[in-house]
Amino acid sequence: MLEPKSFQSIESVNDFVIKFANVNGTGSASANQMFAKAIFRMGIPVSPKNIFPSNIQGLPTWFEVRVSEKGYLGQRGGVDIAVAMNPQSYSKDIDEISEGGYLLYDSTWKRNFNRSDINIIEIPLTQLCVDSFKNPKQRALFKNIAYVGALSALMEIEYEVLEKIISEQFANKPSLIEPNIKALNLGRDYVLDNLDYPIGIKLSRRNLLENKILISGNEAAGLGAVYGGATFCSWYPITPSTSLAEGYEKYAKKYRVDEKSGKNLYASVQAEDELAAVGMAIGANWNGARAFTATSGPGISLMSEFLGLAYFAEIPLVIFNVQRGGPSTGMPTRTQQSDVLACAYASHGDTKHVLLFPADPKDCFDFSAKAFDLADQLQTPVFVVSDLDMGMNDWVCEKFDWDDSISYNRGKVLDYEDLEKLESYGRYLDSDNDGICYRTYPGTHPEKGAYFTRGTSHDEYARYTEDGNINAETLMRLMRKFRTASELVPEPLIEINGEDSCGIIFYGSSKPAVLEAKDILRTKNINVDLMQIRSFPFNLDVWEFIASHDRIYVVEQNRDSQMRTLIMAEGGISAEVLRPLVHFTGDPIEAAYIVNKISEREVNYKSHKNIKER
Amino acid sequence: MSYIKPINHHPRLEKNKLGLTRRDYEGAISTLCAGCGHDSISACIIEACFQLNIEAYKVAKLSGIGCSSKAPAYFLNQSHGFNSVHGRMPSVATGANCANGDLLYLGISGDGDSASIGIGQFIHAIRRQINMVYFVENNGTYGLTKGQFSATNDLESKNKYGEDNLFKPIDLASMAIQLGASYVARSFSGDRDQLIPLIKGAIQHKGFALLDIISPCVTFNNHDSSTKSYDYIRNHNEAVGKTDFVPLGEEITTSYKSGSSVEVNLHDGSKIALEKVNSKFDPTNPGNSLNYIREKSEEGKLLTGLLYFDESSEDLHETLNLTKTPLNQLKQDELCPGEKALEIINESLS
Ligand SMILES: Cc1ncc(C[n+]2csc(CCOP(=O)(O)OP(=O)(O)O)c2C)c(N)n1
Ligand code: SF4
Ligand SMILES: [Mg+2]
Repeated sequence: MLEPKSFQSIESVNDFVIKFANVNGTGSASANQMFAKAIFRMGIPVSPKNIFPSNIQGLPTWFEVRVSEKGYLGQRGGVDIAVAMNPQSYSKDIDEISEGGYLLYDSTWKRNFNRSDINIIEIPLTQLCVDSFKNPKQRALFKNIAYVGALSALMEIEYEVLEKIISEQFANKPSLIEPNIKALNLGRDYVLDNLDYPIGIKLSRRNLLENKILISGNEAAGLGAVYGGATFCSWYPITPSTSLAEGYEKYAKKYRVDEKSGKNLYASVQAEDELAAVGMAIGANWNGARAFTATSGPGISLMSEFLGLAYFAEIPLVIFNVQRGGPSTGMPTRTQQSDVLACAYASHGDTKHVLLFPADPKDCFDFSAKAFDLADQLQTPVFVVSDLDMGMNDWVCEKFDWDDSISYNRGKVLDYEDLEKLESYGRYLDSDNDGICYRTYPGTHPEKGAYFTRGTSHDEYARYTEDGNINAETLMRLMRKFRTASELVPEPLIEINGEDSCGIIFYGSSKPAVLEAKDILRTKNINVDLMQIRSFPFNLDVWEFIASHDRIYVVEQNRDSQMRTLIMAEGGISAEVLRPLVHFTGDPIEAAYIVNKISEREVNYKSHKNIKER
Repeated sequence: MSYIKPINHHPRLEKNKLGLTRRDYEGAISTLCAGCGHDSISACIIEACFQLNIEAYKVAKLSGIGCSSKAPAYFLNQSHGFNSVHGRMPSVATGANCANGDLLYLGISGDGDSASIGIGQFIHAIRRQINMVYFVENNGTYGLTKGQFSATNDLESKNKYGEDNLFKPIDLASMAIQLGASYVARSFSGDRDQLIPLIKGAIQHKGFALLDIISPCVTFNNHDSSTKSYDYIRNHNEAVGKTDFVPLGEEITTSYKSGSSVEVNLHDGSKIALEKVNSKFDPTNPGNSLNYIREKSEEGKLLTGLLYFDESSEDLHETLNLTKTPLNQLKQDELCPGEKALEIINESLS
């Protein structure tokens, strides 16, 4: 006999968090992705996040999916449904479930869990698969598909949508479609035949995602590099950037093979280390190809010497830094924004670099393509600084767009005809007074345009000099160039929401959490103005926003409030105005965290102000 | 500053097939020490390029950091040069080479540059079979930082303070053979007759060509106890054979005596003739080459000449299946998949 429930079950439509607890290396990822994709196809905003260990097989791994009809897609916190497939992590996984939530577990091995305040859903997944599949590998793998099938019945995911995803996924291996569908039905039919359904948490089609796509930032950036005309990629494997180079290769294989000759119109070289990776990219750029490397924090440290060379010798270069948790090897599979300063001032001596901060995969695509123009225009390294959260997780974002009528901007490059007309050529002559000089590619003209690229101090004709004044002039010209850069890079996005608002400065993957926090704060009568920084060097808009606020919270995912330091250092801004709001556990920042921090401090601020005004 | 420039035996104003004189292949005035072996090598590079009718602007000269790495400034003024960072020339050359395979790549390095800080990049450039000529101007010392031991110093040698070197040397030529370099030669900066044909052979070769050139440092490593001093080398150098490069278009068969030479085919159809000292030596067999080098080294002698040669090697462009048009010359319509393709991609992601 069923005991009456002593708790209120969570009831919600299109608004919940579900967490899958799996064992690394058991093939759960594709099933979990299928689950998220199905929700996306039903037009409901969804944000899947992979929480994985730095391990290949055996350790616990989680896949957390937030569904939010309102479109809040930052990390939320709390778990409404847990699909617990890993006995190793049962206790933690079950503890996390909110009161009234749901637990689905593999009841082939029955358990008693110490929670009387949640709904426990028992499905003998292993048994079902053992009974239906002969091959031991299939039995293990299809457990995952089977729980997706079960959830489709429990949560009213449209079955046809799942069926379609499977047939698309295995379009190239049709023989796999049938067993996958069979596994899907196995879970689904078990629920239909044996359990109460649907549960309190449900999905319902909304079609809110008409112009949206679901993609990871790394794949988007790799595609952006193909669109941006990159012909050379050199890289060294490192989480979380590897999938960016792979994304580039995937699309290059598709769109960059000459149909007639079968030859590649691109090269991708897996280097022996990051020093070589960046060296190769510099060599290719020096020779007039658009080239890039993709890495993460430890790679940036290794590349630093070369980055100074590219800065000082003025060689275009695009570097993707998909940030992870530092310092040192740190948390290789967790997210942070802790390389801002390391990138901005990478390398010894007076160096400053152009940084772009994408905030979602659409930005990753756009900024990736744009970075190649900027690097060519400015003849300097351009960093695209993203992070693990947006790099490796699929995010909902706007569809990509491209305008065929816009040509690549290759910057100031002299060709044969230009050189013919020239009396004398000086590689580092600032004839346009914008700090940017004219390059030539090797092999252009038999008598004119050759010069010697060097990292040693040089004069306007690229000749070695030890004259300190000449070197100082070069350094000043590079500052002039940096000012020019501030006019070319993407401006900040600013949203003003009323008088006496406090400001929030943020960048990158904190965006969804900040936008959600803004709405929540408004319900608490706290108005915030927003500035999303999209690049460094900062332009005038950044300084104006700061000047028009007396208190600004700088939201970032590192310990030292690095963006704040950068703003203070570059703009001489007082520490009082810019208030650190940092989060650095390696999990993506949550709106609730921002709301708490700001409301706490705003209450203090207002009471102080009231006292003063009295 | 070199007060004593290596003497050029040919008439100054002789012209090659391009109508250029040797002067057209020169560079800036050297700032290396008078008598530095590196300057002699530069002179041989100038001579080889002159003789081969190389168009200087179609050459890229790249280097690391060191006295040796300064050398590219002192030859081929009409070539683009790239003095990169210490030990990292191979990676820069790799990227540059991928971007445009139509240029001739001359990499200049030192023993510190290639056998210590940059040994990893050196190894991988060979492994990838970059089509380039890689010069190691090997003086058994760190010239530019004033005379520290390098990794190619012989075990028993002493430094300028009379201190013993405690570690065994790395033999870059043997290493390169083991790694699959397809043209490996050793010579001596002061031996123009041997060096110039070896450089010419290396330039004509397709694939990675290593020239390990003993190049005495007059300032820090030319004392009696050094195994890389002029006198030591002159006494201990054992030439493998006389290399005589026969340029394309000339009668090949007349330039060497049959029976006493091995004919080696170069990728571009030209040939290099090797006169054997030891009739058993076959430079196309890596095992033989390595044994021969070791044998001689055990006798305290340095084997010079063309040590190894493989005409069948495939270079990185072939391995990567790169298009004939250099990557740096591809146009936007070949590079950008465009709006329509993006619509299809968007579709696949929704
Ligand atoms: C990262 C780095 N470390 C150290 C140096 C200092 N340094 C300059 S040249 C050199 C050694 C050069 O030796 P080698 O390559 O044999 O050239 P040589 O001067 O003997 O021709 C060193 C250690 C440097 N430039 N960069
Ligand atoms: S120190 Fe030695 S290697 Fe350097 S320039 Fe002088 S002689 Fe040549
Ligand atoms: Mg040396």
